[in-house]
Amino acid sequence: MNTATPASQLANSIAAPSADNDRSFRNTYLIAPSVAVLLVWISVPTIMTFWFSFQHYNLVNTAGREFVGLDNYIYFFSSSSLAIAAFNSVLIVVGVVVLTIGIGIGLVLLLDIEFPGSSFARVLAISPFFIMPTVAALIWKNLLLDPVNGLFTTILRAVGLPGVDWFGVFPLMSIITIIAWQWVGFSVLILLTALQSLDRELKEAAAMDGAGSFAIFRFIILPHLARPIGIVVMIETIFLLSVFAEIFVTTSGGPGLASTNLSFLIYVQALLRFDVGLASAGGVISIILANVVAYFLAKAVSRSLEI
Amino acid sequence: MSSRPLFSVGINFIVGWGAVLLLVFPIIWMLLTSFKTEIDAISPEASLIFQPTLDNYRAVLGRSNYWMFALNSVGISAAATFLALLIGFPAAYSMAFHPTERTKGTLLWLLSTKMMPPVGVLVPIYILFKDMSLIDTHLGLILLFLVANLPIVVWMLYSFFKDIPRDILEAARIDGAGLWEEFRFILLPLSGPAISSTALLSIILCWNEAFWSINLSTTKAATLAAFIATYSAPQGLFWAKLSAAAVLAVAPVLIMGWVGQRHLVRGLTFGAVK
Repeated sequence: MNTATPASQLANSIAAPSADNDRSFRNTYLIAPSVAVLLVWISVPTIMTFWFSFQHYNLVNTAGREFVGLDNYIYFFSSSSLAIAAFNSVLIVVGVVVLTIGIGIGLVLLLDIEFPGSSFARVLAISPFFIMPTVAALIWKNLLLDPVNGLFTTILRAVGLPGVDWFGVFPLMSIITIIAWQWVGFSVLILLTALQSLDRELKEAAAMDGAGSFAIFRFIILPHLARPIGIVVMIETIFLLSVFAEIFVTTSGGPGLASTNLSFLIYVQALLRFDVGLASAGGVISIILANVVAYFLAKAVSRSLEI
Repeated sequence: MSSRPLFSVGINFIVGWGAVLLLVFPIIWMLLTSFKTEIDAISPEASLIFQPTLDNYRAVLGRSNYWMFALNSVGISAAATFLALLIGFPAAYSMAFHPTERTKGTLLWLLSTKMMPPVGVLVPIYILFKDMSLIDTHLGLILLFLVANLPIVVWMLYSFFKDIPRDILEAARIDGAGLWEEFRFILLPLSGPAISSTALLSIILCWNEAFWSINLSTTKAATLAAFIATYSAPQGLFWAKLSAAAVLAVAPVLIMGWVGQRHLVRGLTFGAVK
């Protein structure tokens, strides 16, 4: 944070020491509530999760509660469920990020051009992002993807093809589709805002110099969008590692573990089987995974954040 | 630009609108289905041509508990947002106008709390809430939504405050304005747009939150997001009623999103895109 102007540095150096102390005291108590609230939120439950993860502890039968060392972790790492769930978590993130960035760029290129009603179309295009996850998932599950009466089945039948049990045959892909639909709204919102701040004269000058559409895209638009794309990837990754509701209302993680991600696996252990110890071990693993991912993402894009 | 041939405008119009309508089609379809009878909702013949009815809306609104879920959503979102602004505003003010060498670290630390997956602390929160009788209470969800949105609120306000020239506040201080006068007469009037956009984003995020509301509320404090989730059970067979309930649940936030679109970007990107 070295944005202090020479003038204010001078002012600070002239100001009496007592005023300086006064100011730093004031800063502390203005920031303290936010930091305190979040510090409690971040530390207390995390320490508890960590503590529980070394215990055999079931809420249904608390009598057998005991310290079991790494047993919960050993159980997780020796059963295939953790690997499958972690893999599915990553697949959801990668699938949705790739789809939303790809489709998002395509859409904003179309929407950046002026045409009759284009400003209205731009507003409409972000709508999916504001649809709550439970609504989005249930509308897709029933109205569109239902194997008997869904619209996709109706369309398939109209061209002589049989209906498909999307969630049975392609469970994870169906979920990725639903989530990607929601988050395309997000990437359009961010990328379009960024693209509209691009100087139009720059594009026109390039066109006059004989640059083709692709060259303009490759050398003017894409570099301009690099930073916002990084931001979109970071924010989507943070939220998508914790996808839950879309799985909860559609497949319940099935068939088998085919659409279970880490969030859902831990939910099953915690609130359906009441196995505190195992769920906590899963929780610790998910916290570690999220932080590893966040660390690398933050390193990659933190320079984009204006502080 | 005016010399552009009509033909290419036509192509842009068709392709642009075609893509957008395809994207929002599920929403349009949901809206159409909400006006169908249950029979029409599942019959291919009635896909587009049908006798519209308001029965589904009557049925959903007639459920005595619908209004309770709606009020829960409104109350919990509003309370969590108010608290986040109350706590976050002073912090954002302090870091934007009186930065110290620790400001950058503090801001990044606030952001890093968003990296913690909710499911990582599901177990302790569930146990703590059970011990403190906070499960299925408004207060419980308000607290969780507060901590989830506080970092975003601080960042968004901070980003707005950075655009206010510091000289204005300096001048007031030189004229002898105390912290409270500076707040009340300079900063508050200047930060109207910042506060309203931040509140808007926070309300939208609270309204749509599903993880905690599904897992920690059942009847008394359940929000609309949790209420809609109950349609995944056998009730989900009633597509027209599901659609009507869904339209009612998303409409307020969808409209807020359309109106506030441009202002939300700043908060959603932690100030990196404006």
